[in-house]
Amino acid sequence: MLIRVTPERLNPEEAIEAVRRDEAGAVDVFLGVVRNTNKGRAVDHLVYDAYPSMAEKTMRELAEEAVERFDLADSAVLHRTGRLEIGETSLLVAVSAGHRAATFEAGHWLVNEIKRRVPVWKKEVWADGEEWIEGPESLGMERAPATMRGS
Amino acid sequence: MAITVLFFASLAEAVGKRELSLAHVAGDTVASVRERLVAEHPQIAEFTETLLYAVDEEYAEEDAPVPAGATLALIPPVSGG
Repeated sequence: MLIRVTPERLNPEEAIEAVRRDEAGAVDVFLGVVRNTNKGRAVDHLVYDAYPSMAEKTMRELAEEAVERFDLADSAVLHRTGRLEIGETSLLVAVSAGHRAATFEAGHWLVNEIKRRVPVWKKEVWADGEEWIEGPESLGMERAPATMRGS
Repeated sequence: MAITVLFFASLAEAVGKRELSLAHVAGDTVASVRERLVAEHPQIAEFTETLLYAVDEEYAEEDAPVPAGATLALIPPVSGG
């Protein structure tokens, strides 16, 4: 099970090779990619902070749970930290299973859970300022005022 | 033995550091440690509404014990992915 939090570039081929099995007819890969705009504002780049040891622990727990829940052959979760430019990959998830349906479902579930639970944060940097983003899907946000949660 | 406290992201910027050490008091919980932290760094108070906590890398409720030697992380709403 390939799990990593790293300032190094993420390589999808490495994750695909890590989860590929002779008995698995399907591999689903998800890339979270840095977008050039958010809420109508031009983004220059992102900076990711993390609690690396807990992030890896949480990613491993979720990856193991996904294998269990969706009867996967294997799963891999990698998250990048530090400064990322537009178009770079921040999150890489790969899952394998006998058939495709389980991989689509598992990939979707894993990415949602990662966004809720894994202690990683992104700061948006614009031409004229910057802001740490508080994930609307994060655990704990149900306590936040409605204005912070968005809709 | 002391408690290690970790700050991240917006909270680390507000406090001006990522880590500090605090004396352990018998019976300490997440809430009691947070109370001492807010007294020392009042800027933390603005964050408490949405903060999550982890004791030794495990999410913990406010009434969870914080043993001597433990690491308490103050975790703003996460935004990875």
